[in-house]
Amino acid sequence: MNINDFVVRFANVNGTGSASANYLFTKAIFRMGVPVTPKNIFPSNIQGLPTWYEVRVSEKGYLGRREGIDLMVAVNPQSFAQDVASVKSGGYFLYDSTKKLAKEFLRDDINYIEIPLMEISNSNYSDARQRQLFKNIIYVGALCELLKIEFNVFEDLFAEQFKGKEKLIPLNVTALQLGMNYIKEHYPNTLNIKVERRDLLKSKILAEGNAACALGAVYGGATFAAWYPITPSTSVIDGYADYCKQFRIDKETGRKNYAIVQAEDELAAMGMVLGAMWNGARAFTSTSGPGLSLMNEFLGLAYFAEIPAVLIDVQRTGPSTGMPTRTQQSDVLEAAYASHGDTKHVLLFPSNPKECFDMTADAFDLAEHLQTPIIMLTDLDLGMNDHISEPYEWNDLRQYNRGKVLTAEGLDAAQQWGRYLDVDGDGIPYRTLPGTHPEKGSFFTRGSSHTEYAAYTESSDEYRKGMERLLKKWDTAKTLVPSSIVYPSKKKSDTGVIFFGTSTYSAEEAMDKLAEKNIHVDALRLRGFPFDKAFEEFVSSHKQIFVIEQNRDAQLKSLMMIELGTEASKLHSVLNFDGMPITADFIFNQIASSFKAQVSNT
Amino acid sequence: MTYIKPKFRHPDLQKNKLGYTIDYYEGSLSTLCAGCGHDSISGAIIRACFEANIEPHKVAKMSGIGCSSKTPAYFLSNSHGFNSVHGRMPSVATGANMANRDLIYFGVSGDGDTASIGMGQFVHVIRRNLNMVYLVMNNGCYGLTKGQDSATADCGSKNKSGNINLYEGIDLVSLGLELGAGFVAQSFSGDKGQLVPLIKAAMAHPGFALINVVSPCVTFNNNVGSTKSYDYIREHIEATSTFDFVPEMTEIKTDYSEGETKQIAMHDGSLIQLNKLTKDWDPTNRSSAMNAMLNAKENNEFLTGLIYINPESLETHELIQTSKTPLNQLSQSTLCPGNMALAEINADLR
Ligand SMILES: Cc1ncc(C[n+]2csc(CCOP(=O)(O)OP(=O)(O)O)c2C)c(N)n1
Ligand code: SF4
Ligand SMILES: [Mg+2]
Repeated sequence: MNINDFVVRFANVNGTGSASANYLFTKAIFRMGVPVTPKNIFPSNIQGLPTWYEVRVSEKGYLGRREGIDLMVAVNPQSFAQDVASVKSGGYFLYDSTKKLAKEFLRDDINYIEIPLMEISNSNYSDARQRQLFKNIIYVGALCELLKIEFNVFEDLFAEQFKGKEKLIPLNVTALQLGMNYIKEHYPNTLNIKVERRDLLKSKILAEGNAACALGAVYGGATFAAWYPITPSTSVIDGYADYCKQFRIDKETGRKNYAIVQAEDELAAMGMVLGAMWNGARAFTSTSGPGLSLMNEFLGLAYFAEIPAVLIDVQRTGPSTGMPTRTQQSDVLEAAYASHGDTKHVLLFPSNPKECFDMTADAFDLAEHLQTPIIMLTDLDLGMNDHISEPYEWNDLRQYNRGKVLTAEGLDAAQQWGRYLDVDGDGIPYRTLPGTHPEKGSFFTRGSSHTEYAAYTESSDEYRKGMERLLKKWDTAKTLVPSSIVYPSKKKSDTGVIFFGTSTYSAEEAMDKLAEKNIHVDALRLRGFPFDKAFEEFVSSHKQIFVIEQNRDAQLKSLMMIELGTEASKLHSVLNFDGMPITADFIFNQIASSFKAQVSNT
Repeated sequence: MTYIKPKFRHPDLQKNKLGYTIDYYEGSLSTLCAGCGHDSISGAIIRACFEANIEPHKVAKMSGIGCSSKTPAYFLSNSHGFNSVHGRMPSVATGANMANRDLIYFGVSGDGDTASIGMGQFVHVIRRNLNMVYLVMNNGCYGLTKGQDSATADCGSKNKSGNINLYEGIDLVSLGLELGAGFVAQSFSGDKGQLVPLIKAAMAHPGFALINVVSPCVTFNNNVGSTKSYDYIREHIEATSTFDFVPEMTEIKTDYSEGETKQIAMHDGSLIQLNKLTKDWDPTNRSSAMNAMLNAKENNEFLTGLIYINPESLETHELIQTSKTPLNQLSQSTLCPGNMALAEINADLR
């Protein structure tokens, strides 16, 4: 019997209400106290195409994707061929047997569970929509019985879901029982996989990265969002709007303590964010690759004219429209050097919802402190899938860091103020906001070369001085970005592994697998750019380094070579770029085989 | 090279209600070509702000890129200015305005900046009725890149290098009317008498105010055959009315007989007084204004003055109901829900 360690995949038709049924299944396992990680594998389509939802259950707490499907719940005949093929040997294929399964879908090495889902639903419900929706609940009921999930967990979930619409609770419970009863009758105790209650999750939450970013923006004091719809970033703004409705409506006047503008395109969205932050409000935008490309010109202006901005890039599979509903980490180089001329940008790499929340809130402090755009790179996997995460936390004593902004009193007291004068030696000048002082502190913000006093200049010396000061500011940024996290191995190792973002789960799992094979490596998780000191030390103190990325061109590796001058020969890439989240097996195989090759070479 | 204006002024210059003399509203010395229409418009802006008793630091000057977009450096040196990127001033102005609804946003753009690269943003900022003045210094060419035809060049107009424009020109006034701008005016850089009150009224208008000002480029498009030259405009100019902007509580003196006059009350209590109205045209009626523009075009007339006004239009903040307190002045305690609220959110996610 395989307890709490398996993968279930649901094969549905897009737009048939399966998402909420599948989420219910995930949530039930979560409530059983067992680590669970769901992935949406959906088409760029609104209705009618195949869509999958894959749930990994892992007692050991491995939250990355795993290949090999133990149980396929196939409700979409369109994709039967692929679905049958993807079940691992000895696994189960549960399908809607209202229609007989064609011979070609029969495999000797897997088990078939036949449930006439449509028939059961049609004979119990007359309304077409109900037939559709309850068919989904019926298969969840079947899973409840097959996997031995506690029934009352579902009862609780229904009660919460339909609070205020209590009439719907018994309807759903009945549908669930239809599925359970069918299994009790026809397939009692059939599976060799099951869920057993544990207490492994403690205070953890189940949340999507995009919603976490949205909440972080509210907590970080963002009052303005400008955006242009694009998958997979749209739900960041949707979430921001929802949380703002909850927290930002003035009780007395009913007016909004925030504004959201759906811009005409991403160029405009970025321009709006710059205008707002230039004027002292905290503002952000969120987008994905194509939008980031459009924002390039403005990002250069913001870098050179030193205007704060916060941009959340939820990466998807590029180039161009690519696979817009699949994940990738392929905007790293574009984000790092967005725009023409010598530009570089501060990047943040969260890898779970808690970090999405923290880093979004922190991004506003960083942007205002450094007076430059902060680009957060998340991805579709993190943004649009539910992840188990540490709970959100906020220190009520925390004060926003609004950076070096001179007030009217400050201007009166200042000896001599220059917008681009590096008074403190950290490369960060003092800025002023419009409307502050009748006679002091006004200046002309521009993307053309300027003196320390913000006057137009074509003097080579003045220009060079400004560009060099921006490098000094870059050095300051190194000390302010979230620091790298090092995982020292139990045994001393001259091999290092570097990863970031959503590769983290699978990378951690792969480290365990390697250790089991007696391959001991140190690891580091990158969380920000420019590279911090810990990162530089890690790179220089290891002879060879595996760099794990979810893109084709080894973008982080390039960044290391450019910024740190790391020799290419010491960097080995582990690259997953097929649009599916990277797996531990993939990482393990690449690193282990490289070790094997090295051993056989010596 | 930096340009610092010689600070010599007649000691008894007139003061406005705020106690400022007109030089208080000036900027640094212009680097544009001598005779450029844009400089006259800067002069009109300076005068309008002086006469309207505007606090310069409560104005934000926004512009794109071009000779025209440089002008904000040449007026209101006590205002913050933002010389953004080519064609994208409207978005930057939108963000700035969202952050602080209490300032006056004075946008300056060129015809290239607005009607070509910036057309998308121009159209959308009108749609949203952002509370701002949007002044186009329209010379029918790209001055800063040496005189190429712009999208507002009239079909058949000849530029300095002798090229005849083959394409239809975009008429920004008609476009503004079509898109529902609540204040649409047209003028000529050489007519300060009209331009100054128009700018004052535009600043008082609580919403998007478009002023298209034909502003000849003496270097590249002031030749015979150009329809944006000083001579051509002077020959074809047709004023819709003479125009006065009457600030709050000022007694109205009029030299004209009743019936030829129209007064329009603005939200802040000021009045627009139009005298000698053109026949069959009502500046508060959009279709009448559109008609007037069409007729003028057919007759090769260049119509100037206040073309259309809707003093009741609702600006963006009123449409989306943002707080009366500017967003950039809300305190952390108003903005951050705190850890207690977070505990509830966490509970919902378990
Ligand atoms: C993205 C981009 N493309 C091209 C340019 C070059 N450019 C600078 S000003 C200008 C045209 C300006 O014309 P207009 O807005 O009519 O202003 P004018 O100089 O005539 O006042 C162009 C094409 C630029 N600055 N940015
Ligand atoms: S080139 Fe034309 S638009 Fe530019 S400053 Fe000279 S006259 Fe004015
Ligand atoms: Mg022009």
